[in-house]
Amino acid sequence: MIFAYSPAELWSIFVMQGFAGLSLFSVLLLMALGLAIIFGQMGVVNLAHGEFMALGAYTVYLCSTLVANHAPKLQPYYFVIAIIVAFLVAALAGLLVEWSLIRFLYKRPLDTLLATWGLSLIMQQSFRSIFGAREVTPTLPEWLMGSFKPTPNIDIPINGVFVMGLTLLLAFGVWLFMYRSRIGLQMRATVQNRTMSGAVGINTKLVDRFTFSLGCGIAGVAGAAFTTIGSTGPDSGSRYIVDTFLVVVFGGASSLLGTIASAFGIAQGQSILEFFLEGTAGKVAILLTIVIVLMIRPKGLFPGKIRTA
Amino acid sequence: MTNLALLALVLLVVLPVGLPIFRLNMVAKYLTYAFVALGLVMLWGKAGVLSLGQGVFFGLGGYCMAMFLKLEASDPVSTKIQSTPGIPDFMDWNQITHLPAFWVPFKSLPFSLFAVIAVPTLAAFVVGLAMFKRRVGGVYFAVITQALALILSLAIDSRQGYTGGRNGITDLKTLWGWDIRTHHAQYILYFVTCVLLLAAILFSQWLLSGKTGKMLLAMRDREDRVRFSGYDVSMFKVATFCFAAALSGLGGALFVLQVGFISPSLVGIVPSIEMVIFCAVGGRTSLYGAIYGTLLVNTGKSLFSENFPQLWLFAMGGLFIAVVVLFPDGLAGLFELGRKKLKPWMEKTRNKPSLPVGLPGTVAKGDQP
Repeated sequence: MIFAYSPAELWSIFVMQGFAGLSLFSVLLLMALGLAIIFGQMGVVNLAHGEFMALGAYTVYLCSTLVANHAPKLQPYYFVIAIIVAFLVAALAGLLVEWSLIRFLYKRPLDTLLATWGLSLIMQQSFRSIFGAREVTPTLPEWLMGSFKPTPNIDIPINGVFVMGLTLLLAFGVWLFMYRSRIGLQMRATVQNRTMSGAVGINTKLVDRFTFSLGCGIAGVAGAAFTTIGSTGPDSGSRYIVDTFLVVVFGGASSLLGTIASAFGIAQGQSILEFFLEGTAGKVAILLTIVIVLMIRPKGLFPGKIRTA
Repeated sequence: MTNLALLALVLLVVLPVGLPIFRLNMVAKYLTYAFVALGLVMLWGKAGVLSLGQGVFFGLGGYCMAMFLKLEASDPVSTKIQSTPGIPDFMDWNQITHLPAFWVPFKSLPFSLFAVIAVPTLAAFVVGLAMFKRRVGGVYFAVITQALALILSLAIDSRQGYTGGRNGITDLKTLWGWDIRTHHAQYILYFVTCVLLLAAILFSQWLLSGKTGKMLLAMRDREDRVRFSGYDVSMFKVATFCFAAALSGLGGALFVLQVGFISPSLVGIVPSIEMVIFCAVGGRTSLYGAIYGTLLVNTGKSLFSENFPQLWLFAMGGLFIAVVVLFPDGLAGLFELGRKKLKPWMEKTRNKPSLPVGLPGTVAKGDQP
């Protein structure tokens, strides 16, 4: 397999698969960031996370149709605003879900699993009823189309670079927020020791609500980013949910660095294996590897040192 | 005993008499899911381990049976139009010219029957040993079982030549010469399924009545104390996991016999989580509840899909949420609640003072078989 190619070809293959892997890495990381916050920090298993992502994608689609119908002159500029709107819509939806459902289930992670699965079914059917069962795509602005061609053999799509840039920006933003801001401090305090946090005056209920909606908002941005690389249908959300969970669990649920590292490793591994093992077999191989590693090291690559007492 | 008698009455008398064979066949299909739900009651309700991948074992058992039936249906005479007669049609389409090695043992019925129970149990043993010895539990275990369901469904999907791919294994006709597609055969298979199900319930009750039952209960509620008392918690969990897997495998095989096909869509994440909801609706600690829960949810699913297809997923999602938030003990819990409310009224009409719950001699809350 590997030896059938010349070194120059191999190099081009690795570079292109590397970029495809980086693209996948940004996708996984965007999804995993939101989930790491919700699962890693709060212990809530949100199986509806994919649906919040789809919500963000559909929001961008709506913005696109609105702009096309009512303000065509704004066409080249709407996209960035649409991403912000997607964040807000998803975060608001997350707020609603937390208030109506999740806050009753904090001590019961297995029950959050089942309840959010039910929620995901409801959301999927809502998408299907409102937007139809077929996949939709927003009209992407001109500056996202096309690709760079540094050498004749290497083709780097611009939207891939955009998604990567957005991911890095978001990851940096999340880190800044969690570790350098007052609210982030309150979030971490509530997670580590709820009772003491309450005792020093932090409103833990509000913090929980905020944390959950932040995680969902990030999922919304992920969905917005995905519109640049694929179309959106009612079940787009469920396509990546298991991979995302594995990324979060593999990296060590409470560690942001772990999430980044594991998303990178899994994405690159899958990308390279997919080329040499044809498609689904590559994905199966990577999933098996993750599961085996998790069986040996259940807490993931970078387990947190937090006492759960 | 009354529970058993009631269930036996419903399954063996009321349903066959009241339903046409088409509907009865559907009920038979639901009953094969009930095997999985039964296993989940033992695993989740009694031992406290939630597995979201029971579809894996259902599928493994089902595929073992399907492989035998497919080989029987692909004898050289009926497949003489293929380029290679004597092998299943999907292998022919994929230009495979001889039977792969792992298919060959399935030519024998005794081996296939053995495999239906043994393969899921072995898989559960390996996975369970690896995870329970490392004390992986709770949410992590659930997510990993989901991943396993995904892996198996993807693996089957991707290798159409060896497994039939996304279409699955279809066109199954006879079981050792006996045509399984006739109405007569469907009636017989229905009764066989019911009898096996009732036997499984009795066996589970017997398991629970002895020391094992107490152990599982203790493990579910205070695992560390059980461990400190010197018991090997992980092996008990592995054993329960294997038992649940064996039941699911049996259900899978019966499914294939009655429905006539199997595909990866019965193996993946969605059916596995649905099987959990059958168990939860019935009441996760109640063996009988699992059966009724499965029948109820599946009947609802058929009714909705036939009449209001748009609403079905809303109803299912709502059911998940309701079961978790509003009635965590499922139907069995509601039944118990009703019984408790009725008890003082019944006692009063007999002029006997009723004892409050919790004193010795009264039924304790929670574990009804």
